[in-house]
Amino acid sequence: MNQQLQVRTMAEFMASGESPEILFWVGCAGSFDDRAKKITASIAKILHHCQISFAILGEEESCTGDPAKRAGNELLFQMMAMQNIQVLNAYEVKKIVTGCPHCFNTIKNEYPQLGGSYDVVHHSELINSLIREGRIQLKDGGEFQGKKITFHDPCYLGRGNNVYEAPRELLSELDADLVEMKRSRAKGLCCGAGGAQMFKEAEPGNKEVNIERTEDALETKASVIATGCPFCNTMMTDGIKHFEKEAEVVVKDIAELIAGQLNS
Amino acid sequence: MAQIAFLILLSIAAFFVVKRFRFVRRNILLGRKISLEGDKKDRWDTMFLVALGQGKMFTRPLAAIMHLFIYVGFVIINIEIIEILIDGIFGTHRVLSFLGPVYSFLIASFEILALLVLVACVVFLARRNIINIKRFHMREMTSWPKSDANLILIAEVFIMSAFLLMNASDQQLQKLGVDHYAAVGSYPVSSLLLPLIEGWSESTLIFVERFTWWFHIVAIFAFMVYITYSKHLHIILAFPNTYYSKLQPAGYLDNLESVTREVKLMLDPNADPFSAPADGATPARFGAKDVFDLSWVQLMGAYSCTECGRCTSECPANQTGKLLSPRKIMMDTRDRMEEIGKIMDANGGEWKDDGKALIGNFITEEELWACTSCNACTQACPVNINPLEIIIDLRRYLILEESKSPESIKVMFTNIENNGAPWAFPASERAAWRNA
Repeated sequence: MNQQLQVRTMAEFMASGESPEILFWVGCAGSFDDRAKKITASIAKILHHCQISFAILGEEESCTGDPAKRAGNELLFQMMAMQNIQVLNAYEVKKIVTGCPHCFNTIKNEYPQLGGSYDVVHHSELINSLIREGRIQLKDGGEFQGKKITFHDPCYLGRGNNVYEAPRELLSELDADLVEMKRSRAKGLCCGAGGAQMFKEAEPGNKEVNIERTEDALETKASVIATGCPFCNTMMTDGIKHFEKEAEVVVKDIAELIAGQLNS
Repeated sequence: MAQIAFLILLSIAAFFVVKRFRFVRRNILLGRKISLEGDKKDRWDTMFLVALGQGKMFTRPLAAIMHLFIYVGFVIINIEIIEILIDGIFGTHRVLSFLGPVYSFLIASFEILALLVLVACVVFLARRNIINIKRFHMREMTSWPKSDANLILIAEVFIMSAFLLMNASDQQLQKLGVDHYAAVGSYPVSSLLLPLIEGWSESTLIFVERFTWWFHIVAIFAFMVYITYSKHLHIILAFPNTYYSKLQPAGYLDNLESVTREVKLMLDPNADPFSAPADGATPARFGAKDVFDLSWVQLMGAYSCTECGRCTSECPANQTGKLLSPRKIMMDTRDRMEEIGKIMDANGGEWKDDGKALIGNFITEEELWACTSCNACTQACPVNINPLEIIIDLRRYLILEESKSPESIKVMFTNIENNGAPWAFPASERAAWRNA
């Protein structure tokens, strides 16, 4: 695990006169949320495993502005966007991998008009292509062999950007039994966190959205709920706690599932 | 005499249709102008796939097939209208019968389609009124939207029945060798009705044939006028609505250009804050308070909505009992446009502020704050209407003009402003995960 500590920032690369292959955009959840930090570490571990030279922005990274924009605060969003674009352009960043579908969507789709055009991929796409290129070796007979895994589509990855297959393809590498929820892919139900809901109480209703979604997941009898978004992860984990199923079901990011099976 | 009556009826129908179309068009153009991006070919492709090809209907197969019967039936049987119009105006009878075998083929296809339309209408009536399908019985499905749907279906049942009965009596008259009724056409469906009318006298048959002919065409005229007042307008607006629908990934939300100018001024120390924007297009307000602040494409979306409720049935907020219903967002937008249009008509085309707005009088803040922006509604819409963009524009007004939001949202904004993150963590701890 020591390897993970050696993650350099863009500034450090710059100071030594080097430039990395790819920028890893960690995101706020990945930086500050204790659960999501483990996902961040897993992505870094995979990048190390593939000997990819990558950097983070560290202190120079800021919120992309996604939750502000979706809550209606376009002014705050564009201020964040332009500051981030200034930083990214100053470092002449070309390729970005994000650990969060919200950052992915915002940088990929909304930054170009504001002067920030990069080749942006979500970590599920990057990990999947690394597997296809043969750069990731997984242990034989890993711990998920024969276990049921279900994948919860994050809205901003699936419907938002039509990435449905990459996470499923990489999960199939685990030799697990991939089972679909009754609502999946384009019909997948939201976890309830998007559109700035993560940062407020839900409006009055008769149920929380994450409970409704957790029911879908539990119906599949899967022992692992895989997802590709730190916010979905929080919502589904809370759902599992609600049903007191922590002993039987775990919620894992696809990066964690792959990182845990690396043959190294 | 009959020809004059026919022309008068046709003119009355055309007058009302044109009048209503101008009203709807004017209302839609109350919206903001927008510049269209993207390739025209992509727009045509979307229209062919989604509107003409019904591409998004097929996620629900039964409804899709029934709808396809009515859709194809409507389009194809309308060829028959050409003949009826010519016959009506010039006093001819089955003028296209000179086409011979082609004519027989056409009439046979019309009959089969008419039967399929009848089947579909009966199934749809049952789905709406007997089988309890949740999306047809929600809060916004008040008496008019429910009656509207039933009226259309019942009208189609009558129109198709009249068509088949007309053909049956015509056929019987042909068999009897009555003058004027030359033996033309092929009648695979209406011939099944022959046993019912076999014993009828010649004059009764002529009366029934003429009556159903008139009933059929008058009902079609009435229907033409009716759909312009109804959710059924989607049969026309589905085409432009899909053409003008968003080409970017669903996750993309537009960046307000007026805000971009403000932000550039703020970030650029050399900018002259008093210089006028180059294009002089400073908007009256940020975001949308009323329909005037929405784009004309968004307003056209509201008139394109046929209230099927697929958006609402897929909405995570609605499914968990929240007030939000994307269908209601579209219906409210349309109802507000109708209201404004009527006020304008009453004032010689001038808008007199009635003190009401889309936000508050139609759509409440509680509805707006329940949205997770998940795009389930836009994905579900068979004609690519986008309720999400309207929700976001209304939220933009609440935030940028009125600073109104749940307290915790304000806290999130403050955190982003101060710490560059939605939570109160300092930027200096951003890379602390490396030591975890």
